[in-house]
Amino acid sequence: MEIKREPLLRDAHPTGQGQRGVQIDSTHPTGQGQKGFEIDASGLRVNKHDSKELLRGAELLGPTAPASMDGEELERYVHERVLTTTLDKAVAWGRSNSFFPLAFGLACCAMEQFQTAGPRMDIARFGFEAFRASPRQADLIILAGRVSIKMAPIIRRLYDQMLEPKWAISMGACCSSMGVFNNYALVPADKFMPIDVHVPGCPPRPEGLMHGILKLRKMVQDDPDAGWRERYGARGTEEILPGA
Amino acid sequence: MPDATGLELLAKELRDSEGLGPESILATLHFRGHATLEVQPRHIRAVLAQLRERGYRSMMSVHGVDYYPHEPRLGVHYELLDMSKVDRVTVTVRVPTEAPELDSVTPDGEDGKGWPTADHQEREVYDMFGVAFRGHPDMRRILMPEDYEGHPQRRDFPVGGEPVIFTYNEHESSGVTR
Repeated sequence: MEIKREPLLRDAHPTGQGQRGVQIDSTHPTGQGQKGFEIDASGLRVNKHDSKELLRGAELLGPTAPASMDGEELERYVHERVLTTTLDKAVAWGRSNSFFPLAFGLACCAMEQFQTAGPRMDIARFGFEAFRASPRQADLIILAGRVSIKMAPIIRRLYDQMLEPKWAISMGACCSSMGVFNNYALVPADKFMPIDVHVPGCPPRPEGLMHGILKLRKMVQDDPDAGWRERYGARGTEEILPGA
Repeated sequence: MPDATGLELLAKELRDSEGLGPESILATLHFRGHATLEVQPRHIRAVLAQLRERGYRSMMSVHGVDYYPHEPRLGVHYELLDMSKVDRVTVTVRVPTEAPELDSVTPDGEDGKGWPTADHQEREVYDMFGVAFRGHPDMRRILMPEDYEGHPQRRDFPVGGEPVIFTYNEHESSGVTR
């Protein structure tokens, strides 16, 4: 069988004439249909008009958007209607897609927590894979296991050291309702710190923890504050900066 | 294991040995192939030293028991092992809750030999059952917080913990308010 070989750039020419990428067409003064880099003033005006319409939100807001605005008026309109809400949502979106969990395991649930970060469940898909070894760098603490009365003050301290905004997941039966270890040695996590999401199970499967984290993500996206300080009567637990 | 006859012979040897009287061994029990010697509390160090000379040179475990409602309530078990004959014997001591005190076997005795492995285990017995060991080098709690009150493995200690809050008794919780 004969193989027909062709040069890769068939039309390549030392002078650049006839090349596919850039076409210079000086015969077209309006620039319509032009692919190249020739700058044309009338084309710019068309683009400017298009972007102005876009800023007014002609497509987003529908026909109710006033079409006759210009200058400061238009700027204020845009500032009020579009930018602020979008910024909040963008921040919430960013936060909710980049939790930095604290690398912190208490008992057998921690095995499932590791597996959640492992290749099968792979929370790196959602951007939560950066387990931090310091509470100063973390914004999510997963209480994976039972909390003893000796460990509780330490966990509370870790939680207080985390920077705002911060969230907490209580994983497994033990640190929600103390499960099978309901005795003198344990304390449920709700007694000493605010919990955003409880994941039941003994221990929960990695899918369960994943479900809990995604619930938390939804919560953060819907309402960045989530009002937990009110729910838990936790006003005054914000970290106070020195000199403030 | 010493069999039932071997256990009686061992008890007789101990009773006849120097420094121990006939009252030093209170009872013997051979149950399901396991030999147990019950010993007067004040003789525990001497009995363990004698057993070490007879080959039981490893102390595998020290643990407490609460025999409630029987008296004296508290018990301390010493599990000994002869590693050349692969032979085990249990030595038990009973102490009342009114005066839960016992000589520690941790420090070196007159023969210069103690049982260093008993150090933490005696502390655990103290922590969980409240048996204080005289002469222990570091007699304090090992598991529970140091300011904890009570000895939680005693059978009259409340099961305690926090009541489990389900949906039906949620209003009884003092913690979460929603």
